Amino acid sequence: MKVPLSWLREWVEWPRQWDAQELARRLTLAGFEVESITPAAPHFSGVVIARIESTEPLPQTGKPQHAPRLQVCRVVTASGAVDAVGAGSALQIVCGAPNARPGLVTALAIVGAQLPGDRRIQQEKRRGVDSAGMLCSARELGLGDDSAGILELPADAPLGADLRGYLDLDEAVLEVNVTPNRGDALSMQGLAREVAALAVPLTSAATVTASAPSAPAVTPPPTVPAPLAVTLEAGAGTARFAAAVLQGIDNTRPTPLWMRERLRRAGVRSISAVVDVTNYVMLELGQPLHAYDLDKLHGGVLVARRGRAGERLQLLDGRDIEVDEDVLVIADEQGAVGLAGIMGGLRTAVAPQSRAIALEAAWFAPAAIAGRARRYGLSTDASQRFERGVDWCGQERALARAVLLIRQIAGGLAGEPFVVERTRELPRTPIVLLRPRQLQRLLGAPVPAGEVERRLRALGMTVTPAANGRGEPPRSEPPRSEPPRSEPSGWHVQPPSWRSDIAIEADLIEEVARLGGLDVLPEQDASLPLVPRAPRGRRIDEGVVMRTLAARGYQEVITYAFVDPALQRVLLGEQTPIELTNPIAADLSVMRSSLWPGLIGAARENLRRQQLRVRLFELGVQFERAVTAAGATLVGGYREQKVLAGLALGARLPEQWANDRAALDFYDIKGDVQALLTLVGAEEPVTFEPTAVPCLHPGRCARVLRGGIAVGVLGELHPGLVRTLDLTYAPLLFELDFAAAFHAEVAQFREVSRFPRIRRDISITVPERTAFASVCERVSVVASSLLKELRVFDVYHGSEIEEGRKSLALGLILQDLHRTLTDEDADRTVRAVVEDLRSSLDARIRE
Amino acid sequence: MSAEHDQGGPEQTLTARALADIGACADLASLDEARVRWLGRKGALTEQLKSIGSLPPSERPAAGARINRATERVQHAIEARRVELERGAVERALAEGAVDVTLPGRGEGTGGLHPITQTRLRIEQIFRQAGFDVAEGPEIEDDFHNFEALNLPPDHPARAMHDTFYLKGGYLLRTHTSPVQIRAMRSRPPPLALIAPGRVYRRDSDVSHSPMFHQIEGLLVDENVSFAHLKAALHHFMEAFFEQNLSMRLRPSYFPFTEPSAEVDISCVLCQGRGCRVCKHTGWLEIAGCGMVHPRVFEACGVDAERFTGWAFGAGIDRLAMLRHGVNDLRLFFENDLRFLAGFAGGAP
Repeated sequence: MKVPLSWLREWVEWPRQWDAQELARRLTLAGFEVESITPAAPHFSGVVIARIESTEPLPQTGKPQHAPRLQVCRVVTASGAVDAVGAGSALQIVCGAPNARPGLVTALAIVGAQLPGDRRIQQEKRRGVDSAGMLCSARELGLGDDSAGILELPADAPLGADLRGYLDLDEAVLEVNVTPNRGDALSMQGLAREVAALAVPLTSAATVTASAPSAPAVTPPPTVPAPLAVTLEAGAGTARFAAAVLQGIDNTRPTPLWMRERLRRAGVRSISAVVDVTNYVMLELGQPLHAYDLDKLHGGVLVARRGRAGERLQLLDGRDIEVDEDVLVIADEQGAVGLAGIMGGLRTAVAPQSRAIALEAAWFAPAAIAGRARRYGLSTDASQRFERGVDWCGQERALARAVLLIRQIAGGLAGEPFVVERTRELPRTPIVLLRPRQLQRLLGAPVPAGEVERRLRALGMTVTPAANGRGEPPRSEPPRSEPPRSEPSGWHVQPPSWRSDIAIEADLIEEVARLGGLDVLPEQDASLPLVPRAPRGRRIDEGVVMRTLAARGYQEVITYAFVDPALQRVLLGEQTPIELTNPIAADLSVMRSSLWPGLIGAARENLRRQQLRVRLFELGVQFERAVTAAGATLVGGYREQKVLAGLALGARLPEQWANDRAALDFYDIKGDVQALLTLVGAEEPVTFEPTAVPCLHPGRCARVLRGGIAVGVLGELHPGLVRTLDLTYAPLLFELDFAAAFHAEVAQFREVSRFPRIRRDISITVPERTAFASVCERVSVVASSLLKELRVFDVYHGSEIEEGRKSLALGLILQDLHRTLTDEDADRTVRAVVEDLRSSLDARIRE
Repeated sequence: MSAEHDQGGPEQTLTARALADIGACADLASLDEARVRWLGRKGALTEQLKSIGSLPPSERPAAGARINRATERVQHAIEARRVELERGAVERALAEGAVDVTLPGRGEGTGGLHPITQTRLRIEQIFRQAGFDVAEGPEIEDDFHNFEALNLPPDHPARAMHDTFYLKGGYLLRTHTSPVQIRAMRSRPPPLALIAPGRVYRRDSDVSHSPMFHQIEGLLVDENVSFAHLKAALHHFMEAFFEQNLSMRLRPSYFPFTEPSAEVDISCVLCQGRGCRVCKHTGWLEIAGCGMVHPRVFEACGVDAERFTGWAFGAGIDRLAMLRHGVNDLRLFFENDLRFLAGFAGGAP
């Protein structure tokens, strides 16, 4: 909320030594963050108050028809000047404003003046006529959008005086951020109450009067009967409704400059006298008001009721909306004329030519308004206040104030304001028990009883010492003369009607702490029992896994959890993605069901940035629909699984003199995955087997299994996709279910043989399709416990061997735990192995 | 054979010649030949020794001693020369084997962890050593955990600040890490001391906002936990994280799930509060929100609000990372530019 200090000052006196900065600091430390302090107008100088004495049209010599009609104005900047010397001391100004007329008091930028936007006023000739300055519009001075004519100042404005001083344009305007719980502070009155409470210990209570508006609050005598009836049919949604009728007004009369200036400084545009007054009173008192054109209201009724299904309403902003029973409307006999507490309707809108109006000052329950404006994409000054809570006792006062101001500006006769109430549905102000013990427990420090009472009372609360501290409400006549009040056992506190946010003890504790300043509260170290505990679950720490990958050249990335549905469909063939109902962009509209789209996206970006060798990984969750959690997290049919995924692309090693230049292949990424899974120990064998994943090369992808359970996949991106995605190289990808892949058992001791090992090499050929794993398995079975290690030190396909076969060179490392193996032992084992491979796998020995 | 007889005897001349011969040997092979030539079975000095028998018996002892001395001298000379030649050979071999140590080393370079992850792990470490647990929660949340249990009933005005992403069925992407508090409190009884770092989502994207960012939530619930404990914990954490003494300022604020609530400012870590571009010349950095757990939140979690009190705070990991590493644009973290990320591969986290 924008707060011009002169306006606030009218409501509350604060210590003179608090300048704008200091006031802002104090408000900020009391919970009203001041986001900025700006002057009421942009910088300009050399603008003085002047009066036009005479005007005469400048001849239109050969200029186009629609050129501005210029006048030569004689302007004085000192009263009496013209009488004494005549034309001599008057300045001659050429001006094109339609409202330039004799007698008008306005703003004159004299020669040498500096206007906003780096504009300097010089002596000049316009159409051959000397002009000694410029008469200024509001817009030229940065005082609003009005550029239709020059500024119109009151006739009694002091001629020759500096305009900045006259309009107090150097005053500070605070932009105050009011938190959503403090609807009561969205007004000058409300903030004045806060300033008063803050100033209490410093100034005498007498100077703190948050009650006196600038104009005398006199209700005009009733002069016309009110041809208006109000009925409340919306239950607790509308418990109070004050209304008044004004007739015979002239709404074309201009709003006085002082009010327009205040509205402007508070960020509200001037529209017409009636609308300006309703806004002004809302800013002043916090009570939103609405004015209806009485002649356009059908049946002379205002009904507050729930909307009807299918009912339509055209709002002030011209939009046509459909309401329903969840929304409160104000209606006349013909139907809805406004969205209650949010925005009025166009049909009954007040116009300049309106002669009779009905004024509404209602109290709508926050629950009946909250969220409704947002449903229609609206956020209005009224809805903001109603959904945060408006003082339910403030309607008559606001209404009376508005009637008075409208009559001052637009004249007319006012009917007596009246109030319709659903008494039983009015909010009840609670009585809240505040216990000093709880106060100290929550804040960590005691606050002296007198100070507690003083702070709460400064905020307008009724504070009654409680006899027993057990929360029994005070009797209707609170016993004021309790015996010694050294340590009360508590207080019964009743907040004022405008503080609807105070409901429980903690709310009061906050108020006490807030007014004292949170900075004065101590800092105290908490202590926890020192209990050694086992880490949760046996699994490899995320940091260790990530650092292992980093050590192998992979860079961690963080990609969005929502991805491009097209990319995800192309990659994963996904038909029914998990869609966001309100995505930020079409290409970020579905939840990722794999980390690969994000990694591929990041890789493409980096290729675009000329990074030709890319190794990326991400650890994060992917999403799918599911009915069971299955070890992951399940919320509402959405399962989240933590996955570690990687991508590698480009050369195997960084380019340099000592590195080989080969491109990466399947075995590089398999090596990385194997290295990762080495972290989990050897208690559960890790195996790889061929698999089919649609987005991967069918001959170059595998499943990773731990103890026979699939924990991930890896492979090369399908060549078709490499083309579709326009990638320079085929990326290699892996993904591992983090929980399944990285749980670990405690490594167990295995005896190491003290006897020498024997190595025997054999070279065999097997059919091309025979997997090394089957060879490995046969060798292990046959060589049994003697086999310590099986190395495959060469794999050859090609012309030197029979077509359809491949050659494998195997190194068998043999060792016995209990004795030295003899050559004979080794020979026998190798013979058995060869024999078995020949019969089981159609292997042939290569000589 | 020499028949010269100068004052030192013939062996003296021989010795001089032998020494010169040995000194002239350029390698071990010629040195070995020289040894054979002078000291071998038919070597010159060996021959001299054999010739002693032809001398009169009275001269034999002296001649024998002289020849032995000469032999010894020659032997020493050979040995010294051998050591010298061997050392030379080693040095030559070493010189030939020298490499250019300034050429780059072979093999893979290293990657690194994302600076936000490094920051998260650092925060976890700071709190773990103080005894806090690290908790996680789902990123797709329901209305109850993200809002309602946190005292944000439907249509609460504060919900407008959480520009929420929705999924079908009323589910949503969590807008803060606070739902992890709810899950923790509902799953085990106090005392609870935990932090919950993680990704959060808001429909917001501009220079200073990303639709996905990272938060850290802190929660301490026990009997008699006070605001003073909260202040101390936050102050210690900030000083530990930034490794400098900091002033801290709490401004009362409003969060539906805490009461009292406050915004936490720390003195600017870049200018030490003197005022700079990063702190917008205020000297202060807004770094976290905090407060005492609202009794209604306890109620929603089945925690006895009369018996227990608690504090909670929430801070942006990304902002902490930006301040610590001097990153000036949040969006850089999510562009995944390897050139940017490589700058964080090493260094203190």
